[in-house]
Amino acid sequence: MGDIWEGLVAGFWLVVTLDPDLVEITLRSLQVTVTATVIASLIALPFGAWLVIRRFRHRRATIAVLNALMGLPPVVVGLIVYLLLSRSGPFGVFGLLFTPTAMIIAQVIIITPLIASIAHQSVRDIWAEYHDLLISFSTTKRQRIATLIWDGRRALMTAALAGFGRAIGEVGAIMIVGGNIDHATRVLTTAIALETGKGDFALALGLGFVLIALAVAVNIAIHAIGQTESEGKW
Amino acid sequence: MVTPILPLEVSEAVVKRRGKTLLGPVDLTVSQSGFTIVMGPNGAGKTTFLRTLHGLERLSKGEVTWQVPLTEARLRQAFVFQTPIMLRRSVRDNLIYPLTLRGTKKVKARALAEEWALRVGLARTLEQQAPQLSGGEKQKLALARALILEPDIIFLDEPCANLDGRAMREIETILLDACAAGTRIIMATHDIGQAKRLATDVVFLMHGHIIENSPAQDFFAGPKTPQAAALLQGDIVE
Ligand SMILES: Nc1ncnc2c1ncn2[C@@H]1O[C@H](COP(=O)(O)OP(=O)(O)OP(=O)(O)O)[C@@H](O)[C@H]1O
Ligand SMILES: [Mg+2]
Repeated sequence: MGDIWEGLVAGFWLVVTLDPDLVEITLRSLQVTVTATVIASLIALPFGAWLVIRRFRHRRATIAVLNALMGLPPVVVGLIVYLLLSRSGPFGVFGLLFTPTAMIIAQVIIITPLIASIAHQSVRDIWAEYHDLLISFSTTKRQRIATLIWDGRRALMTAALAGFGRAIGEVGAIMIVGGNIDHATRVLTTAIALETGKGDFALALGLGFVLIALAVAVNIAIHAIGQTESEGKW
Repeated sequence: MVTPILPLEVSEAVVKRRGKTLLGPVDLTVSQSGFTIVMGPNGAGKTTFLRTLHGLERLSKGEVTWQVPLTEARLRQAFVFQTPIMLRRSVRDNLIYPLTLRGTKKVKARALAEEWALRVGLARTLEQQAPQLSGGEKQKLALARALILEPDIIFLDEPCANLDGRAMREIETILLDACAAGTRIIMATHDIGQAKRLATDVVFLMHGHIIENSPAQDFFAGPKTPQAAALLQGDIVE
């Protein structure tokens, strides 16, 4: 009991004093996951909208696959990315394994289906509403997608934030492809796993506080976006 | 000189959904100018008829042909839906939207939006979110958003259904002005008074068939079918 209490106090102290290790790890986490979220959103949002407006033969199957991909175990994604990037793998020449880039790739693969799936659902409702009008105006496919993305921007932001939330808390894939190398690929989750293993609960808990704070911030942001939606502010 | 898109030829057009015939077969020629009023009881097929001419319904048989290729004809018509469809944007942005689609310059689009908002009496709601407008305001916005492109032909599906007397007069004036300026108008309504005020000719629909298609004067002076006569007398038509 005493250990835990001491750990909590020490961890809290690390956060308050902006411990250099803690700050470095937090910034790297943010850098990796923000990049992954932006890339995944750039792929997933238009794709989700495109899936809604486009009637093609395998649309239902595609949506089913998308939903299935959402449930991909991150560890398996990590394994696959590892194999692809490892020296003997097809992309081995780029030497990306155990770099932040490898972690970004893994996170993009994990959250793109999630963001696309949420985007698809929210855009589908708007499309049902707009369908006749957009057809009547003879809009091009591109114009339709742009309209749906713009008018669904709040829901789509929410989708991107959900992706961010999932990626920032993920540990398995990141550990495999990043390797948790100090000052190179160590991020919040992998550092917590390591420090806990070593028995250094102070740093582990300090990092844990940061992670929880980020998760709470994401949820507050999602809630706030929902608020502006009903008030029609932007 | 731009090629006129009219007359529009409709031949043997049939619309079926799940084995049920909603419309037709319908034969019709829509002349270059005029104000056609489409009448008929609920469920007669007025909406289906207008949507079919505009190209929103898949034909099971027959065809709808314009004087110019379909892709061009599509760009030169507008439709006002029975239930207004509001983009989740401000009134101003709803008005600007169709103009941006056609590549109108921003400054010009904004000026036109303000001009049309004024014409339909929405000048003071320009910054309001369109989905929050009242039913009547939505209809005015939908009308302005359709006319702002100066279409060669406009289809109106009961555009005055939620309007008060004054708004209705204003809208009728706008429609008559547009018609005089050369916009072909095809409009469904249940309002016999309005039909008499506006129509140059009348299409009377029952059970998906055109049972009467005559110049307005003839139609109101002496309808050829008992159903139309009953409607004009205010009887229930079935
Ligand atoms: N997608 C559809 N599937 C099946 N039936 C339909 C469909 N759309 C319309 N109908 C039917 O077609 C008939 C004509 O409908 P329509 O909306 O054209 O009537 P309307 O004359 O516009 O009626 P109202 O005056 O009530 O607006 C109705 O019986 C309606 O139930
Ligand atoms: Mg109708």
